[in-house]
Amino acid sequence: MAAPRMRIQLNGESFELPDGETVAGLLTRLDLTGRRVAVELNLDIVQRSQHVATTLTEGDQVEVVHAIGGG
Amino acid sequence: MSNVRSDKPFTVAGRTFQSRLLVGTGKYTDMEQTRLAIEASGAEIVTVAVRRTNLGQNPGEPNLLDVLPPDRYTILPNTAGCYDAIEAVRTCRLARELLDGHNLVKLEVLADQKTLFPNVIETLKAAETLVRDGFDVMVYTSDDPIIARQLAEIGCCAVMPLAGLIGTGLGICNPYNLQIILEESKVPVLVDAGVGTASDATIAMELGCEAVLMNSAIAHAQHPVLMAEAMKHAILAGRMAYLAGRMPKKLYASASSPLDGLIK
Repeated sequence: MAAPRMRIQLNGESFELPDGETVAGLLTRLDLTGRRVAVELNLDIVQRSQHVATTLTEGDQVEVVHAIGGG
Repeated sequence: MSNVRSDKPFTVAGRTFQSRLLVGTGKYTDMEQTRLAIEASGAEIVTVAVRRTNLGQNPGEPNLLDVLPPDRYTILPNTAGCYDAIEAVRTCRLARELLDGHNLVKLEVLADQKTLFPNVIETLKAAETLVRDGFDVMVYTSDDPIIARQLAEIGCCAVMPLAGLIGTGLGICNPYNLQIILEESKVPVLVDAGVGTASDATIAMELGCEAVLMNSAIAHAQHPVLMAEAMKHAILAGRMAYLAGRMPKKLYASASSPLDGLIK
């Protein structure tokens, strides 16, 4: 039987993940491990040191951002 | 030639810099042009924007911060594109996390897409929150001396009035307002936005600005790398002229060659 799955809002889009996935796990799935990104979960910053310990739940709003050219 | 004799370094929020030119990293054709232009400008502080990561697209593409490493440049994340205080504060918090706790930010809260004029009411609100939250806030604002004063009173570490609208290259549109801001400011004043060419940067420095921040003037020049170098010299020239003190303006001529000994 497939593991239960949940839906989060990731950068404004619906995104499916296995239940209980962590922020670190999400970044691995996105191929962003070790990249310079910052994560916000339900409007709060998730510090890099907390990525492994932070578990996502159904309906979470996640933002993953990086630096681009700007003035 | 690269040192302004007897000048002190540019200091903002306890950090010191040799260069008084701050540059943006937007509008370049590619990362390599960005890198070359910024190198030619001699800038030590570079602004970046914070945006959603494109998920699943070009995971191997170069990251701006690989091209402009934070151990070499002081990265100044901006809140460009934010239209209210809440968005701007969120963006600054994300930027601080992105840059491992680095707390220097450029706050800009815009009011209108056509003019990109700052919304000073939201800017004041955001500045209050950010200062309370421990950020060093360099704030983009209008050239209104009263708002500039209030932003400094809130605790912003630098006030950055526009010289002209963002991206217009119209130059120093209202030097008199800038002069009033400069005269009474207790924090560094930088011109941010409006500079179009080297002489504009020089005028800003001659007025007594501590530094100038620009992006389009370099990135949208026909030859950005050459213009970046021109700007480096323009800033130095303006700063030196400011320190030297210009001669008074006079209505009538005053001969430079002595009249004595003229042949008859």
